[in-house]
Amino acid sequence: MKILVPVKRVVDYNVKVRVKSDRSGVELAGVKMAINPFDEISVEEAVRLKEAGIATEVVAVSCGSAASQETLRTALAMGADRAILVETDAELQPLAVGKLLKAVADREQPQLVICGKQAIDDDANQTGQILAALMGWAQATFASKLCVEGETLRVTREVDGGLETLELKLPAVVTSDLRLNEPRYATLPNIMKAKKKPLDVIPAADLGVDIAPRLRHSQYSEPPVRKAGIKVADVADLIARLRNDAKVI
Amino acid sequence: MKVLVIAEHDNGKLAGATLNAVTAAQAFGAPVHVLVAGHDTAAVAGEAAGLAGVAEIIAVDAAHYRDQSAENLAVLVADVVRGEGFTGVVAGGTSFGKNLAPRTAALLDVAPVSDVVSIAGAGRYVRPVYAGNVMVTVESDEAIQVITVRTTAFAAAPSGGAAGVRERAPAADLGVSRLLGRELSKSERPELAAARVVVSGGRGLGSGEKYREVLEPLADRLGAALGASRAAVDAGYVPNDYQVGQTGKIVAPDLYVAVGISGAIQHLAGMKDSKVIVAINKDPDAPIFQVADFGLVGDLFEAVPQLADGLAAG
Ligand SMILES: Cc1cc2nc3c(=O)[nH]c(=O)nc-3n(C[C@H](O)[C@H](O)[C@H](O)COP(=O)(O)OP(=O)(O)OC[C@H]3O[C@@H](n4cnc5c(N)ncnc54)[C@H](O)[C@@H]3O)c2cc1C
Ligand SMILES: Nc1ncnc2c1ncn2[C@@H]1O[C@H](COP(=O)(O)O)[C@@H](O)[C@H]1O
Repeated sequence: MKILVPVKRVVDYNVKVRVKSDRSGVELAGVKMAINPFDEISVEEAVRLKEAGIATEVVAVSCGSAASQETLRTALAMGADRAILVETDAELQPLAVGKLLKAVADREQPQLVICGKQAIDDDANQTGQILAALMGWAQATFASKLCVEGETLRVTREVDGGLETLELKLPAVVTSDLRLNEPRYATLPNIMKAKKKPLDVIPAADLGVDIAPRLRHSQYSEPPVRKAGIKVADVADLIARLRNDAKVI
Repeated sequence: MKVLVIAEHDNGKLAGATLNAVTAAQAFGAPVHVLVAGHDTAAVAGEAAGLAGVAEIIAVDAAHYRDQSAENLAVLVADVVRGEGFTGVVAGGTSFGKNLAPRTAALLDVAPVSDVVSIAGAGRYVRPVYAGNVMVTVESDEAIQVITVRTTAFAAAPSGGAAGVRERAPAADLGVSRLLGRELSKSERPELAAARVVVSGGRGLGSGEKYREVLEPLADRLGAALGASRAAVDAGYVPNDYQVGQTGKIVAPDLYVAVGISGAIQHLAGMKDSKVIVAINKDPDAPIFQVADFGLVGDLFEAVPQLADGLAAG
């Protein structure tokens, strides 16, 4: 079984981003970038399925600028077999990414696509569901456990009230949640090996899909900062303040 | 314009998030219809019909909607939207809504907008990005607006309506997925996302036993829901549905008590809109104190029982 893993290059999760002074976007110059944490989890899951003899090939795919090659190399260093960059400098929104990924999936014919549950920059939580719809495939979002059983997939999902387990027909799209696994660190020898693994670049225009942004992000702003509170002396002080000042108890 | 709210329910009861979604849908200034798709859901349709501001309930009953699979529901919603000329679709920003709305939007070939916190009319929204550190104004000219709304940003729709219920035929069963089972947390406590008071614990609690031993008496005193940081969930102290944060639940209670939680941005993303925040942490430099109205520096194993006792003493 072939697995396709879409990976996105995003601002590292430790960075606190700043809005540009003209409010047209966030300041990305000189900011540390990384593979979206959920995509790292997806790569790990796919590689484990390969190590277990269930997957035959793991293909990482990223849509974006040439800089996303770096992200793909991370996936390769973790154990993906090869990578595809769908290259464009244009702004990509989830619907466009879904269409590009569909074009790639039509070529590659994977049995399973493992997306991240959400990209930590746009926090959209849409692309996997969009891709599943466009393919007409089953979907299991927010996966915390995944198991392949012949032609079907058993997935445990993290839902608001607890957990739910689904059985999906393959091919299918799964989106990974934080507790699906703990991704490995790429070792230095594997980072070196990753440099030699195949990485194909396909210009987005060659895929013949409409990727023009449908939404305009007209203004960015920082939410009002909470004004710093006080440190209370002890528990009695805390209770008094909650009762008399805040009046919440 | 004509707006369709997708009801979230368990076939027996309407989920609270739908009440918030109905309020959000009013912001379009157009008639609001509610789709109740499920199996044996007359009670749910009745509940929805009783909400103020709802024009009509569209009820679709079929066995293949019982488990609320996104595949079958998305096809149905797209059919209803196209067939009846809806130009807006609203769902709560819950795991249900997030699972369904983008799939539906893709079938309609429109770009969905997630986690909307304010609506200034059709196609003009504000939503958080980057874990809530940035707010962005989104403008959309899509012919059909498909959005999910952050439930804490919209009040629950009051009752007082008397909408009619119209039945509609189901769409096809795709048969591509099947529910094998659910393990839902049972609790006598208020629902986390809608609670007036939330007591949350982090890695500082040290274990599941300590989490319960220390936090439950306090939560009992305050009538609070229990929440947790990701670290506490990952360590297995509590189930996943306790997680508050960027990738967990978003809460905005009147009072949020963070115990043994450092205050990583991903955690703050889920609770920084709370009215009053109390932090109890032994590290005076913990970032949680930067958002806390009342910070108590100290050992939680001493402070929390004292607090629970102090509240009991009245
Ligand atoms: C993609 C991504 C998504 C994430 N999403 C979320 C999310 O949704 N929600 C979330 O919470 N996190 C999320 N995280 C994780 C987040 O970055 C932090 O790792 C996590 O919030 C830390 O949890 P914590 O505060 O319980 O643990 P720690 O950071 O380990 O903090 C424990 C705190 O307990 C205090 N403490 C210890 N012992 C005591 C004592 N005896 N008395 C008093 N205080 C004590 C310590 O001083 C410390 O401040 C996410 C991370 C990533 C990468
Ligand atoms: N530009 C992209 N290239 C590859 N994968 C992407 C891209 N954007 C989103 N994805 C995938 O879709 C997931 C969810 O992203 P989003 O819908 O933007 O929150 C990510 O975790 C990735 O797996």
